[in-house]
Amino acid sequence: MRKLYSALKYVCIACLAISLIALVAVVAYVLINGIGNLSFNLVFGEYKPDAPTLLPALVGTLELVAIAAIIAVPIGIASAIFLVEYTNNKGKFVKIVGIATETLAGIPSIVYGLFGYLIFVVAFGWGYSLLGGAITLAIMILPTIVRSTQESLLSVQGGLREGAYALGTSKVRTIFKIVLPSAAGGIVTAIILAIGRVVSESAVLILTIGMVVNKVPETLMAPGTSLALDIYYFANHGRPDEAAATAVVLLILVMLLNLLAGWIGNLIKKSTYGDAK
Amino acid sequence: MNEFIGSMDITAKGCNLYYGDFHALKDINIEIPEKQVTALIGPSGCGKSTFLKIFNRMNDLVEGCRMEGEYRIGGVDIFDKETDVNVLRKNVGMVFQKPNPFPMSIYDNIAFAPRTVGITKRSELDEIVERSLRRASIWDEVKDRLRKNALGMSGGQQQRLCIARSLAASPKVLLMDEPTSALDPISTGKIEELMEELKKDLTIVIVTHNMQQATRIADKTAFFLLGELVEYGNTDDIFTSPRDERTERYITGRFG
Amino acid sequence: MSIRKIFEEELAELKTQLVEMCRLTEQMISDAITALINRDRELGKSIGVTDKRVDEYEMAIEKKCMRILLKQQPVAKDFREVSTALKMITDIERFGDQAADIGDLVYTMLGNAYIKKLTHITAMGNLAIKMVRESVNSFINNDEALADEVIALDDQMDDMFLCVKTDLIELIKKDGRNGDQAIELMMVAKYLERIGDHAVNVAEWTKYNETGVHQKF
Repeated sequence: MRKLYSALKYVCIACLAISLIALVAVVAYVLINGIGNLSFNLVFGEYKPDAPTLLPALVGTLELVAIAAIIAVPIGIASAIFLVEYTNNKGKFVKIVGIATETLAGIPSIVYGLFGYLIFVVAFGWGYSLLGGAITLAIMILPTIVRSTQESLLSVQGGLREGAYALGTSKVRTIFKIVLPSAAGGIVTAIILAIGRVVSESAVLILTIGMVVNKVPETLMAPGTSLALDIYYFANHGRPDEAAATAVVLLILVMLLNLLAGWIGNLIKKSTYGDAK
Repeated sequence: MNEFIGSMDITAKGCNLYYGDFHALKDINIEIPEKQVTALIGPSGCGKSTFLKIFNRMNDLVEGCRMEGEYRIGGVDIFDKETDVNVLRKNVGMVFQKPNPFPMSIYDNIAFAPRTVGITKRSELDEIVERSLRRASIWDEVKDRLRKNALGMSGGQQQRLCIARSLAASPKVLLMDEPTSALDPISTGKIEELMEELKKDLTIVIVTHNMQQATRIADKTAFFLLGELVEYGNTDDIFTSPRDERTERYITGRFG
Repeated sequence: MSIRKIFEEELAELKTQLVEMCRLTEQMISDAITALINRDRELGKSIGVTDKRVDEYEMAIEKKCMRILLKQQPVAKDFREVSTALKMITDIERFGDQAADIGDLVYTMLGNAYIKKLTHITAMGNLAIKMVRESVNSFINNDEALADEVIALDDQMDDMFLCVKTDLIELIKKDGRNGDQAIELMMVAKYLERIGDHAVNVAEWTKYNETGVHQKF
């Protein structure tokens, strides 16, 4: 028995090593191939057929993230608050909504892309547009945000709510002053993950924003591109060096977004919790 | 709107409470005098905590909870349409078994209730915070770290902080649900001392599993069993010569 | 063993010791009367030695009660039993003291022949033994009726004491030379009467143990 246990331990260590090696390998590969090809002109220059730039993609990606987050985060958090604080947690309704959100979260993104294409591009007649893409992305990440926020709210100790109610605090004040700040950490993590999906998404965007790599979009209704799409485009058009460089930019962008989200999370915590111990 | 003024004695008449089909409290009648400590004792699941929570209407939050009877605090019918539940809860503070300080600074914990009623002036809040912490005899221990997170305190301090937090709402009644069951003897002693002090101005009702605690601090004791109020009287009488055989068996540990 | 079981055993042990202590004092009173009748100075003296053992019992029981109070923090009937025992031993110890005092008197008593028959004093002695035994038994057996009986018996004791007192006064009036012995017999009667009073105290504690009310009769 003891032998089995120690064997199990080494299997676990081996698995951990494999995951770490895979992660390091990917990051190292991207950096080694990409960094050498990075140049100011590639990132911020003007697009010429023989000297492509990432500027349109950079702008497009940031716009997509901003709009998708502005739409999905408030709706997602509000829905989760409703489900956790205003309905019976063991009720049928919550169960059905739970199954629905889980199913939606598991649907392949191409299906969302098709949905966005049929609604915004075809039915609304918007053609390819950043806005259509952003709304589609918002719909795609909504279930994830609802689900994770729900979990974070549920993990707030019941004693805190009771304590607030026992002081004669209204439900709304209890939610905003006690429950949400306590759940902020989990909610911020959920948002980071959702944004990560937005940044790395390509299938949805091919069908909704087109892939116009050579022009910075002038309005939200204009078609555009994103960093992930650019990688796809460059790789498909015989420009592996540019594709690798784009990957580096994408990597850095994701890192920055994570740092930003963490910083905001801390800020929320500090403003309501007071200083740390 | 009903206000809580004047004496703060508590009465329950014909109290019946059901959780779904379960008859949790059976026809309880009791008069709890003001400015005394009344202990509710009985085995787990006898309904004493449920009974306690009637008086700040915490049972309102429980799904499937149904009640009959008349409940008054200082003459005010607490389930009357004219009684605002939040006003009731400001007047009837509650301290829970597990200390539950909010994850914020010590100062903000205490200022929480006053801020709820719209007090924002700094000097006024400062005064309430100091007064409440002093009344809970924890001021000297925390006055130099009011801005620190309350979760960094010891369990006993957290519980006294929770008492101070209740006091900041200037309640007339304090309900305590096994407030010392998670604390060491020294912290327990401090809280018992505190109750002795607080009962000069407050009506205190405490649920406790600790018989010695009941004999030490309570003026009156009520023994609950299977949802019934078996015996209620002066603590000295209950613990030296209980009238009911079931009380005798429970307090001498001869049940089961 | 459960805590409750331990407590019950300790209580049972306590009661056994109480009975043993009580039996000793009964024997002392009986010896005192015998010594008195037979003018047996050695027997009278030996009672004082037995009294030391009674004192030891008192200390042991007291210690045991305090340990139970400290360790078990008993309530309700448990609390009453232990506190009753604790109070009771003081009176039981007095039974012994009074008997020893009578023994001392036998040793020092002057004169050869008694100036009067010891009928009443013997009767008082027997009554004292009965009251002592029944008072302690009433506690051991939770017998409130028996305690009431003991309290009632004290009237007989008081009557007999008055009788002895009147007789002795008459004897002194008749002949002043009777005075020395009369005073000593008077003291014997007083000691026996005091034993009766202490037995009443024990009976009162029994009643407290049963009812929770301590009342003086």
